[in-house]
Amino acid sequence: MRPFAYARASSAAAAIAAVAPDASARYIAGGTNLVDLMVDVVETPQLVVDINALPFVSIERRTDVLHIGALARMSDVADDPTVRAMAPFISEALVASASAQLRNAATIGGNLMQRTRCAYFRDVSQPCNKRSPGSGCSALSGENRMHAILGASDACIATHASDLAVALMASDAIVRVRGLRDERAIPLAEFYLRPLGDPRIETALRHGELITGVDVPIAKALVNSAYLKVRDRSSYEFALVSVALALEVSNGTIRDVRLALGGVGTVPWRSAEAEKMLVGAAVSRAAFEHAAEIALAGAIGRGHNDFKIPLAKRAVVAALAKVTA
Amino acid sequence: MSHRDDELGFSRRIFLVGAGAPVLAAAAGVGISTPLEAATSAPGLTSVGPQPVPVSLTVNGQRQELNIEPRVTLLDALRERLFLTGTKKGCGQGTCGACTVLVNGRRIDSCLTFAVMHENDEITTVEGLAKGDDLHPVQAAFLKHDGFQCGYCTPGQIVSSVGFLNEKRGLDEDTVREYMSGNICRCGAYPNIVKAIQEAGGRV
Repeated sequence: MRPFAYARASSAAAAIAAVAPDASARYIAGGTNLVDLMVDVVETPQLVVDINALPFVSIERRTDVLHIGALARMSDVADDPTVRAMAPFISEALVASASAQLRNAATIGGNLMQRTRCAYFRDVSQPCNKRSPGSGCSALSGENRMHAILGASDACIATHASDLAVALMASDAIVRVRGLRDERAIPLAEFYLRPLGDPRIETALRHGELITGVDVPIAKALVNSAYLKVRDRSSYEFALVSVALALEVSNGTIRDVRLALGGVGTVPWRSAEAEKMLVGAAVSRAAFEHAAEIALAGAIGRGHNDFKIPLAKRAVVAALAKVTA
Repeated sequence: MSHRDDELGFSRRIFLVGAGAPVLAAAAGVGISTPLEAATSAPGLTSVGPQPVPVSLTVNGQRQELNIEPRVTLLDALRERLFLTGTKKGCGQGTCGACTVLVNGRRIDSCLTFAVMHENDEITTVEGLAKGDDLHPVQAAFLKHDGFQCGYCTPGQIVSSVGFLNEKRGLDEDTVREYMSGNICRCGAYPNIVKAIQEAGGRV
């Protein structure tokens, strides 16, 4: 690991003022992803600013939103009774993430900012456009079993690794951020960027902007929600495919539906087209099979990951069974 | 876009504190009683390194003074500076759980955090579990149920088990296996590890 200067911030303003002018500077909270990348010399910050003393830890209902502070730990959010009651799939996505040890350290803001687990991104001896633009994408013709089938480009096919972000995407969550001069509220739908130009640019955040929390608009559908994760082992593994599904049904007819997929996209993948088809439809296996076809219509396999296309379709149907059980 | 009054109020307050009384802000805002405060800093910010800096850790109830670079992980500080080698280095990337320690009673992977970040924390390693010759109930249960083979993962398994029991999640096999999945045992002693945790959970 490269040497770095370490700073503790006692205010958000001080933290932002320290990080914003230094392109290599990084915030650290739980550190579970950043330290790992620093060990591998993928991240080489000259300054690391510890934000753990900042007060963004609350998990609470605020009028029409469920607010989750950026520094709330994954384990605390997963166990929170309000989260479990208002949007159980957020809790389920968190419990399905990482390990108990990592969830005790990792924060919500850090989870949203985690980097891909593409092995080529993490191996500095290999070409990777996300790490070194213009060097090429090793995964296109390499080992790509875990890689994306949606939202990819010839520059990058790395999947976004977060489970939480998939449930939050299905929740219409809003990311609250603070910069040097102002605060912004960025819909999660506009937060993540596909690798169209420079794959290093993954979010709408400007360097130095600090996530202070996430707001989840309260909705009836979220109460009846589930997170289904399909993976190579039953716990502590990244998704091959995952589905976040929330459903509001009355008299057998779907009134509101939220459908997002994980493990398949370069960004957490919401399918507005499939949702549009489902609203007004009767709850049935056939309707969800149809929705699954629509959701995966644009999917492109790269060889090793071809299996994800039928697997994702089946997972969508299985998630329906879980939510309507 | 809309701002919440309480959030704006907070940020203004912190800004004023930071701008008006930099030294007090560093001391009161972070609440750290360590040599870090002596470092030169901007208001609301205390910075040190990259050269070795004094770091004070509380490990198994004892205050320890170290002089280490900020890049030293908590795991390396424990093993290579304090010679508490019970905590093991397995993967070094949060995959195996051999480095599990308790920080303020909560289990974390010590390989993925920097020692300098833990000056105000109570750190417990496997060496801190027994009281003299009296083993911690989890340690005794691992012995009784043969919850290991080669033993390399065992300190991490035991400390993680203590953390798991602190969480009070229930002791059915599915729950134990799910919440212990961050500790890998390549000898495959899982059935006996589960039995040991279940028995210790009935006593702790």
